[in-house]
Amino acid sequence: MRIGKDLVAAAATPVVLGILAEGESYGYAILQRITELSGGELEWSDGMLYPLLHRLERLGHVDSEWRQSPGGRPRKHYRLSEQGASTLAEHRRQWSTIGGVLDQIWPDAPDNRRPRLALGLD
Amino acid sequence: MTTEQSPALDELIASWRAWIERRDALSLCDVDELESHLRDRVEALTTAGLTDDEAFLIAVKRLGSMDELSREYAAEHSGRLWKQLVLHDSSDIEGADAANGTMPFVRRANGLVVALLLGVGAGIAVKATELLTDDPELVFRNIAVLVLPFLAAWFAWRRRPPVGTLLGVAAAFAVAALALNFYPFDGGSSTVTVATQNSATAVLATIGSIVGLWLVTGIVDAGGVWRSDRTRMDFLRFSGEWLVYYVLIAIVGGALSGLTIAVFASIQVDVTPFIGEWVLPCGAAGAVLVSAWLVGAKQHVIENIAPVLTKVFTPLFTLMMLALIVASVMQWNLVDGSRDLLIAFDLVLVVVVALLVYSISARDPAAPPGWFDRLQVLMLAAALVVDIIVLVAMIARTGEFGFSANKTASLGLNLILLANLAWATWLQIGFVRRRVPFGRVESWQTGYLPVYLGWAAILVFAFPPIFAFA
Repeated sequence: MRIGKDLVAAAATPVVLGILAEGESYGYAILQRITELSGGELEWSDGMLYPLLHRLERLGHVDSEWRQSPGGRPRKHYRLSEQGASTLAEHRRQWSTIGGVLDQIWPDAPDNRRPRLALGLD
Repeated sequence: MTTEQSPALDELIASWRAWIERRDALSLCDVDELESHLRDRVEALTTAGLTDDEAFLIAVKRLGSMDELSREYAAEHSGRLWKQLVLHDSSDIEGADAANGTMPFVRRANGLVVALLLGVGAGIAVKATELLTDDPELVFRNIAVLVLPFLAAWFAWRRRPPVGTLLGVAAAFAVAALALNFYPFDGGSSTVTVATQNSATAVLATIGSIVGLWLVTGIVDAGGVWRSDRTRMDFLRFSGEWLVYYVLIAIVGGALSGLTIAVFASIQVDVTPFIGEWVLPCGAAGAVLVSAWLVGAKQHVIENIAPVLTKVFTPLFTLMMLALIVASVMQWNLVDGSRDLLIAFDLVLVVVVALLVYSISARDPAAPPGWFDRLQVLMLAAALVVDIIVLVAMIARTGEFGFSANKTASLGLNLILLANLAWATWLQIGFVRRRVPFGRVESWQTGYLPVYLGWAAILVFAFPPIFAFA
């Protein structure tokens, strides 16, 4: 199964902010985490993450800082800002509403536990 | 294996970087970040057992299409697609010493501080002369001698020409100043007053001194190698851009002055005398230096604008002259034109030469002749025809008008420009027919510069005595 482009685009911001809510991270690790969480089903081309991160930074949702990787290479780390945390909460409310609606429309979907989890409805 | 990168991988990544850095939408920091990502991905893949180049190919592929990616970056950083004139040091063309941060204060931002100081100097020179002599006529006549030394100083500071060149240029300024101030120009015989000057030869000498000393200043800009085609062409490019910036500054300055006057008038304070007597002369002199600084500062940032204007106006100007030919043939009344006809046609020819020179200045010498070059042939031919009609008419009636200083000067300029355009037309036709290399078209124009200098010198030094300072 591949998730549609529009849905990926809509989910990207809350997913990235949510991962950064777990602690600061950098581009490659964020992508790894997304792959891990979605079992490889939520994916986009690697490069596209970076313009998104820059947009979140410009809007003030994340802060960034250049650090050294353990291997000694420079790496840009991103951290959720306070404003980002409240944006994430707002996103969560919106997605919960949508998830709730879908749950009621599809009451006996075969696998309605996992989306509920992913949408934070448990 | 995981932390140690093989030289082959470094080479692959270096060539990938070179390819990606060409995109305007990505800054160097973005490329650094993407490279960091690429290396993480390669590292993970090689740990899983792939070789470096396999891992590299997969990692690049997974970054996605570069076109789409740079579109995303461009959408996020739209400002990057508009080149900005940045005043900090990274834009400095002498980037070598800018990079290590040891650049002295005065060299920062392309020497803005020096340009501003010299601009203030030029303004003070003009204003102080006016206050000391209380003679606006004298200030107008000496305007080139007062302002252009500061421009020459600016060039001298930037180019460091040999001392001999500087001495020669200083001597030229001194001689011009002596002629302009010690010739006994006639004060009141003429009834026509132009630019506060009563004497026609004084006006001509002023114009000659501006043109001549501007070209002399160019010798400083050339750093002494003024015989070279390339440095001459560079000075022509500078002059065109300088004029564009000067006009822009003048328009904005004028609008701002008008606004200032209006705002102060609304609170019953009349600042018109202050603007007219202080801001205008000092600003006009200072803007000479600011424009010169701008040309240097934006050289690598913004496309030259004079050639763009040339492209726009060459077709229109050609049409105008063709219409003029048709009209004059239909009516045959150019002959009855006023005495100012010759001066008007000097201006037409100056515009034609400028259109030609600035399109040459921006043309790729290696490009084959195209439609624009053919259009220029038409423009040159039309200009020649129009000018010959005028010249024949005017010379036929010399007896009636006589040889005044003005008429002789404009006739001389007309002949100089006509000679230039006649040979330029010949070369241009040869170039369009691929008989003449582009270099000769170019070197004809740069080689002609001393002729203008010579005529300017004649206007300053020879005309006043010949025409009895009238």
